Amino acid sequence: MSKQVVDALAAKFPSAVTRTGSAHGDEIAWIKRDDLVAVATWLRDDPAMAFDSPVFCTCIDWLDYRPIGRPVSEHWNETKPRFTVCYQLRSIAKKNRIRLEVEVTEADPRLPSLAGLWPAFDWQERETFDMYGIRFDGHPDLRRIYLYEEFVGYPLRKDYPKEKRQPLVRRDDLPVNPLKAAEGKSH
Amino acid sequence: MADAQSLKQLVLGRKDVQDLSDNEAELPPELMTVNMGPSHPAMHGTVRIVLTVDGEKIVKSDIQPGYLHRCFEKESEHATYTQVFPYTDRLNYVSPMINNVGWAMAVEKLMDLTGKLPKRAEYIRVIVSEMSRITDHATCIGASAMELGAFTPFLYLLKAREWLYELLEKVSGARLTHSYARVGGVSKDLPLDFDADLTRCLDRIDGVVVDVEKMLLSNKIFYDRVVGIGAMSKEDAIKTGCVGPIARSCGVDYDVRRDFPYSVYPELEFDVPLGTTGDCYDRYLVRLEELRQSARILRQCLKQIPDGEIMSDDHRVALPPKKDTYNTIESMIRHFKHIMDGVRVPAGEGYAFVEGGNGELGFFIVSDGTGRPYKAYCRSPSFVHLSTAGQLIHDHYIADVVPIFGMINMIGGECDK
Repeated sequence: MSKQVVDALAAKFPSAVTRTGSAHGDEIAWIKRDDLVAVATWLRDDPAMAFDSPVFCTCIDWLDYRPIGRPVSEHWNETKPRFTVCYQLRSIAKKNRIRLEVEVTEADPRLPSLAGLWPAFDWQERETFDMYGIRFDGHPDLRRIYLYEEFVGYPLRKDYPKEKRQPLVRRDDLPVNPLKAAEGKSH
Repeated sequence: MADAQSLKQLVLGRKDVQDLSDNEAELPPELMTVNMGPSHPAMHGTVRIVLTVDGEKIVKSDIQPGYLHRCFEKESEHATYTQVFPYTDRLNYVSPMINNVGWAMAVEKLMDLTGKLPKRAEYIRVIVSEMSRITDHATCIGASAMELGAFTPFLYLLKAREWLYELLEKVSGARLTHSYARVGGVSKDLPLDFDADLTRCLDRIDGVVVDVEKMLLSNKIFYDRVVGIGAMSKEDAIKTGCVGPIARSCGVDYDVRRDFPYSVYPELEFDVPLGTTGDCYDRYLVRLEELRQSARILRQCLKQIPDGEIMSDDHRVALPPKKDTYNTIESMIRHFKHIMDGVRVPAGEGYAFVEGGNGELGFFIVSDGTGRPYKAYCRSPSFVHLSTAGQLIHDHYIADVVPIFGMINMIGGECDK
């Protein structure tokens, strides 16, 4: 069922869809960045598609991607786009699902926002911006959502160390932890 | 030291203590900004709302989640697939079993194990999921009623929830953070006499539900506080991505268990209750009916559950039998690799979803062939539902924020990840 949707999409937008695929029952279509809004609008408005309900939006950072058992050509390197932004859509009426994936580069991590088409993507894109630093052009209110405004960097990027801490408030007036002070002196 | 007269002026804000007129012209005409939260007694979890109010009416709101952000996704990327189960317990901490099952199903999808699990394991997963759904809805209804002043239904429902928690403790060993499911099955079999315990528990819960219904259904105070409050149209519910009891109360006929059936749900009979107006009262009614439907599913499961294995025999996910681990070097190495390196999942990506307490709970995993997820994303229903709250509370009074938030049932751990 969903396979037909992907095929119809590829037939309708032959230049926008770079490739299609199916992974473990999920139908995926890779879309060129500039055509994303046109493709998404068609998926939403065409009565045969009727993807009325958004599911999620997230991003994959390929920086450390070295899959085991796969040829080196599938590993990530600098010539490939670093990020893939995924939009999962669902049709309540037709019971179909499709995932749109858009590749964006590290140098220019931006793509058009879909928040105007589905209001649910407003917060989801803010989350993706917050965690991966992807800029969504045309988003009504692109702010951090989980983290605070002063936060530096994007924590879910692979080059953000897991143990790194960024406390928001530094309290010089608090008593010094004697254990920490002793540690500092020994160095 | 202020004299008595000026103190009264300061406290009451009136020129004269006797002046009790509430003249509209004397009220401040400008808009006011009020901070609600992050720690507010009527909030489920911590969320901050910056309200702009005209008198008591909300004209603008900015909802700021994130106070309970614990880096679920970043931590998961550094843990083995099995080590993620305790983290999922802490997502929706009112129905942890459903999160466990959701994560297990996502990993199994990438390993092409979907539908290949032993029947008994699938039934156990459905049983614990439905028990969790009852605890989730009972907490939501009880807490919302309490916030509106009805304390007795809260106590009744929490008592019922405690019976189920006790039973889940017998099953998994932990009252709240169960970590019960495993990739390929569940960690332990059901305890002895589980059938009788659960049947007795369900009978008592039926009584509680009737009591609560009697107390709330035509309760004038409760009714006036929730009818017509926070209403959402069917179209809005669909395009804002709402699912679960909230979307169903708006009339969206969609339930993952029925429309994208997983596990053994196709073998079970249940109804999907639908609301019409999409206000807080309908959300309450839908949840109340789902309590009954979950009990109905549980009774069928107890009748139909077969004997058999509780873990897949696929050697990629199952630990070798203890006897072999201690006696053969191959099994010992396999055991060691399984624990230290984790379940090896073939490279690929996949999204699996279940019907959680609040709606479609999904996990999107990208694997690079190692025992740790390359990326783990949680599609949390609470986050999506909270994003609609700004629209729901618009043009309502400050007092209405409480029932609207109560019935959205935003769970901090799940929303903030």
